[in-house]
Amino acid sequence: MDQLTTLWDTFFNWQSMRQALPDMLKTGLPNTLILSIISALIGTLLGMLLAMAGISRHRWLRWPARVYTDIFRGLPAVVTILLIGVGLSQIGMKVWGPNPYPLGILALSLIATAYIGEIFRSGIQSVDPGQLEGSRALGFSYSAAMLLVIIPQGVRRVLPAWVNQLIALIKDSSLVYFLGLAAGQRELFRIGQDAAANTGNESALLLAGIFYLILTVPLTHFVNFVDHRLRQGRRTRTGPPDADEPLIVAGETPLPATSEGTK
Amino acid sequence: MTEEQRESVQEETFSSVSLATRDIHLAFGHNRVLRGVDLDVGKGKTACVIGPSGSGKSTFLRTINRLIEPDKGDILLDGESVLDRDPDRLRQQVGMVFQQFNLFPHMNVLRNLMLPLRRIRKLSADEAEQAARHHLELVGLADKAGSRPGHLSGGQQQRVAIARALAMRPQVMLFDEATSALDPELVKGVLSLMADLSKQGMTMVVVTHEMGFAREASDTVIFLDQGVAVESGPPEKLFDSPDSPRLRQFLSDVL
Repeated sequence: MDQLTTLWDTFFNWQSMRQALPDMLKTGLPNTLILSIISALIGTLLGMLLAMAGISRHRWLRWPARVYTDIFRGLPAVVTILLIGVGLSQIGMKVWGPNPYPLGILALSLIATAYIGEIFRSGIQSVDPGQLEGSRALGFSYSAAMLLVIIPQGVRRVLPAWVNQLIALIKDSSLVYFLGLAAGQRELFRIGQDAAANTGNESALLLAGIFYLILTVPLTHFVNFVDHRLRQGRRTRTGPPDADEPLIVAGETPLPATSEGTK
Repeated sequence: MTEEQRESVQEETFSSVSLATRDIHLAFGHNRVLRGVDLDVGKGKTACVIGPSGSGKSTFLRTINRLIEPDKGDILLDGESVLDRDPDRLRQQVGMVFQQFNLFPHMNVLRNLMLPLRRIRKLSADEAEQAARHHLELVGLADKAGSRPGHLSGGQQQRVAIARALAMRPQVMLFDEATSALDPELVKGVLSLMADLSKQGMTMVVVTHEMGFAREASDTVIFLDQGVAVESGPPEKLFDSPDSPRLRQFLSDVL
């Protein structure tokens, strides 16, 4: 019985939670949101550029994109964050003073770019090549066809995967902890961790966990909602049973889609 | 509206021009797909390209609007070579219709027509919508303007694709097996629309397996086999008294 009480107290000590709560709300939550949202914006933007480079017809764009992706997707997030956050800290100190956030955001963004780039690339490449050919045949340039026709379709398909990546980003933002944060810079995890160390039980850390879930679970459900809607859209789009399926790429002669494709 | 209830494309005047290809060669690696194809289509005339699968028909069609650049040879619109022109410009003058329609599935029919009108022909929103609706009417699908392509039958989708190409006011239209992906009962509507365009004076090159259409609607038929135009001439000649054994064999296989 004693052990059960101890166990309960380790995780559900209301007193500890109540003490940590104000810091979590005032400091931890805003900081976690700042880290995740800015990195998400940068990662999405750069990810799109990386995806475009990855499918470029120019080798000198494709190759660097490939290498970049391999490196930043292959390294543990904490290694990247330490290498950039600590490695560049002297430069950072000169530019914006003793604030690890810019470098933390940079590291998180670079990691997100690699993953989001792959997500967008696979989405764009899943679009029927006929769409590009059809656009080019109307007189659209390659870039106009990409921008107006291909990317909107490709991105729509991978929205769920993209949101998943945002969830990963929210969780990974806790890793800036390794860069050493001043009191006002602490994000959710660090505040939970500090409070847990002070009180000798894990309740504050559990509270931090609950905060993460409050952020990520709605996103997870948003993914499912988007996914469901896209699926349904696809189902209704096939139309009445007598309408023939338009999007099947039948066994057409495999031809390069555009003149560029042959080079 | 069924496939048949469509006013014919009347009083539509096309600014067609003549089209010719000279000695078109193309190889993918060691695979010599086209080995010197010549074609002459007079202004407002229709040429049908027939031949077995893999004979290079679709590839040949794509060299005409330079979706695939030929290795050698020339393409002439109204007697002038198009090879030194900007290919995007050229493709605005040469409409193309595909086996798989290639409509944009994420936008409705009206926006499918309006997008190139606005972005390429630089029409205002009002002008583009007017032109788009006009061309939808032409193919008998004015009431489908708000539908997504996926909600239409294959035949309707192909007619939308034809309307989209026509709205760009092409001087020549290319059809790449436009009815091959359609259910049999939907083929007729599309073919009759194509026959109308032909009668109305559109210059057309039609790659087709529909021998009936080739016989009825074309001025010239060209039989392509292994990248070579084995025989060409008026349809009566090719279908009724083919010279080459290969064409005879082909016709006996498909008819």
